[in-house]
Amino acid sequence: MRYFLVVLLMTSAAVWLVAGKRGDATRKPPIEIFDDMVRQVKFRPQQPNGFFANGRTSQGIVEGTVSRGSQYQDDAINTGILLGTTNFVDVIPVPVTASLMARGSQRFDISCRPCHGALGDGNGITKKFGMGVVANLHDPRIVQLADGEIFQTITHGKNLMSGYGANIAIEDRWAIVAYVRALQRTRLATKDDMPEEFRAMAQ
Amino acid sequence: MSDIFPKWTNRLPAMVIVGAMLAGGAATFGVAYYFSPKYTRTGYQPIQPVSFSHAIHADQLGLDCRYCHNGVEKSWYSNIPSASTCMNCHNQVLKDDPRLAEVRRSFATGEPIPWVQIHKLPDYVYFNHSVHVNRGVSCAECHGPVNKMDEVKHEKSLGMPFCLECHRNPEKRIRPIEEVYNLDWKRPEGFDKTGEKFVHDWNVLPGDSCTVCHR
Repeated sequence: MRYFLVVLLMTSAAVWLVAGKRGDATRKPPIEIFDDMVRQVKFRPQQPNGFFANGRTSQGIVEGTVSRGSQYQDDAINTGILLGTTNFVDVIPVPVTASLMARGSQRFDISCRPCHGALGDGNGITKKFGMGVVANLHDPRIVQLADGEIFQTITHGKNLMSGYGANIAIEDRWAIVAYVRALQRTRLATKDDMPEEFRAMAQ
Repeated sequence: MSDIFPKWTNRLPAMVIVGAMLAGGAATFGVAYYFSPKYTRTGYQPIQPVSFSHAIHADQLGLDCRYCHNGVEKSWYSNIPSASTCMNCHNQVLKDDPRLAEVRRSFATGEPIPWVQIHKLPDYVYFNHSVHVNRGVSCAECHGPVNKMDEVKHEKSLGMPFCLECHRNPEKRIRPIEEVYNLDWKRPEGFDKTGEKFVHDWNVLPGDSCTVCHR
C-alpha cells in the first residue's frame, strides 16, 4: 500500500510538473485528439490553401469581373466624379442627415484621427512617431476642394497618404466627407452663424 | 495446518477499494482538469512572423480595433489586415526597421504574412463576429484585454460552457454599443438593470439551443 501511494503521488506530481496548470503561456499549438470533425475538409477565409497556386483560400476578384452586390458603376456616388466628365462632384451626392454625420464622426475617429488628429488639424498621434507631412484639413486649399475630390482622396490617397478605398465603404467615405466639412465649419464660422441667444456670449 | 493466506490479506479488499478510489479519483480529476479547452487552448501564445504589439497600437496610440479589423462589423469573421493597411503608416514610420521586413516583403510581393491563428473554434461552430459586436458584446469578452498584450495570448477557453454562460445571461455581459471597442470599459456597479434593458431594446435573443451555433 505504501508503495502504491508513493507511486500515485509521484505520478501525479510528474503530470503536474510536465503539464502545468490552466492558462500557462505556451508556444505549442493546442493538442486536438480525434480532430476529424474539429478540422473539417473545408476552408475558412484567410487560411492557407494548397489548391490554388497562390496558396490562399480568400481569392481576389478575377480581372474583368465584378462581385455580386459590389458598387462598380462609374456613377458619381462611387467615384466622386461626374459621369462622363473629369469634374469632381461639388456636393455630397447622398442626403446629409444627422445619422450620416454621426457615422462620419465615428468613421473619422477610426480611420482618419490617427494621422489627421481629432480636430483635423494634422496633429494626430502618429506625428510623434515619425509620420511626415500630414495635411491640415483646415488648410484653405482643402476647404476649397470639391466634395468629390475629398472623396477621391480618401479612396485613392494622395502623395504619402495611401488609399482607404479598400478599408472604408463608399457610404462611409461620403459620411467622412460630411464630417470633414463640419470640422472645417468649426473654424470658419462667424458670429452670424450662431443662434441669436448665444451671440452675446461670444467674444 | 498452516494458513494458506497470511493474515494481512484480510485487509486486501479494503486496500484494493481505497487504492482504486484514490487512483480513479486522481485520474478523474486529471481528465476533468486537463481534457478541457480551459487547459488545452488557454495560454496559447505562438511566435508570430512579425512582432506586432497590440499594446503599442491599440493602447499607446489609441487606434480603434476597426482601423485594422475593418470587416468585423459586417462579416462573420474578423479579418486580419492586409500588409497595405500596415503600410498606411509604416511607409513613413519605422520605414527601414528590420522588424518590419516581412511586412514590406508582403506589401511588395502580395504574398500574405503567415500569421499564426490563435483563436480557432472547431469547424462545426458557426460564430458570427458582426452579430456580437453590433449588439453590445465587446471584443474583450472573448479575447481578453488584447490592447494590453504585446504578444496576443489565448485568454479565455472559448469552450461551449464559456459561450453558454453568456448566451443564457446576456445582460451580465452586454455593454453600451459605443463602448464595444473600448476594451478598458469597466462595468459600473448595478449595471445589470441597464443590461436587461439593452437585451430587451435591441431584441437580443441569443438562445441556447444547438442550432444557434451548430448546424
